[in-house]
Amino acid sequence: MKIRDDDLFRYVLRLGDLSLVLGQRLGEWVGHSPALEEDLGLANVALDLIGQARLLLGYAGEIEGRGRDEDQLAFLREQGEYLNPILAEQPNGDFGRTIVRQVLIDAFQLELYERLTTSSDEHLAAVAAKAVKETRYHLRYSGGWLVRLGDGTVESRARVSSALESLWSYTAELFVEDDVDRAMADRGIAPRLADVQKAWSARIDALLAEATLERPLDRPYSWFGKQGTHSEHLGYMLAEMQYMQRTYPDARW
Amino acid sequence: MNAAASGADARIACAWAALDGVEDPEIPALSVVDLGVIRFVTAQPDGCMEVGLSPTYTGCPATEVIQTLVERALAGADVGAFRVRRVLAPAWSSDWITADGRRKLAEYGIVPPDHSSSSLRDLRPGGRPVACPRCHSTDTETVSEFGSTPCKSLLRCRECLEPFEYFKCI
Repeated sequence: MKIRDDDLFRYVLRLGDLSLVLGQRLGEWVGHSPALEEDLGLANVALDLIGQARLLLGYAGEIEGRGRDEDQLAFLREQGEYLNPILAEQPNGDFGRTIVRQVLIDAFQLELYERLTTSSDEHLAAVAAKAVKETRYHLRYSGGWLVRLGDGTVESRARVSSALESLWSYTAELFVEDDVDRAMADRGIAPRLADVQKAWSARIDALLAEATLERPLDRPYSWFGKQGTHSEHLGYMLAEMQYMQRTYPDARW
Repeated sequence: MNAAASGADARIACAWAALDGVEDPEIPALSVVDLGVIRFVTAQPDGCMEVGLSPTYTGCPATEVIQTLVERALAGADVGAFRVRRVLAPAWSSDWITADGRRKLAEYGIVPPDHSSSSLRDLRPGGRPVACPRCHSTDTETVSEFGSTPCKSLLRCRECLEPFEYFKCI
């Protein structure tokens, strides 16, 4: 077991936080979706994401070696200790906006997990091998909806176009390589983010073409969720998510 | 030594028999052995039996229930000391549902999954149409990629108009 490897700890935490935050966001749709089938769909994707987060946060806790388990990491960290890219925490908006956010992240996770299956870190490779199957299915769902909405009615098209335009700039952060990403790639634990970006971009282009949507222009950005600097939205989400554990520490049922 | 070896074999057989009696909590027609989530039963050098258990989906709430049921069944059988180990790699596949399991699924009214190996990289639905379990028509449509449990999707037959479930192929 690798004890107190700070780079690996932060890297695994980033992956886990991405799944956890996105899963929590999708969970907010339960009981509010446009149709029962979509309620089931979004809840199922959320469940897979929370399942992945459990495995990843549990592993992060082991690497850290300070006795924090998956629950402590999920429910007792402050906003600034969360290391998810801030695209994940953006509010759901309407169904179209949720689908656009989902497509962008599903495609990213798919390309990332596919490469992580050959990671030199055996545990991470095992989690990725499991997650990649689920993620493939998620993209099939979200991608299918993007095509239907983009190539749909005037109203649905307008909604997903505007969501795509406003969420696009957050995607840059997914591919910015910092010291942690570089260290992981050098050690053969994680892929180069430039390779992931290339594959992601091709996949997104194909989906956008099918959905008859235009790819927005890349713009300058300054998002640092992976370093713990978040948008104002994460705090509200955590307040709700962590309420029970903070109010009744170690509550069990 | 032969006596010890056959003793271990007997305990392994006994463990498999006990596990065959553990129903999946969501799909009681299937045992956990039919579902393919029991990866191995081995006798360890320390005399302990080790049982490998894989989740179907990482977030499936049934996984913990299954582990509890498995432990209870083994404790009730004559297998001696044992431990259950969670196994992630290689990841569970719907291809591992046994032939018996596939037959039981079909009898229960859930269409068993197609084989996944050829379609692993496919992101678009397609391939062979799923036949209705009641009237066997292939004129069917997907109502939802997701169903009442993480492992199933929801379809409808356009011929007899009945809805039915299809075990997801992963």
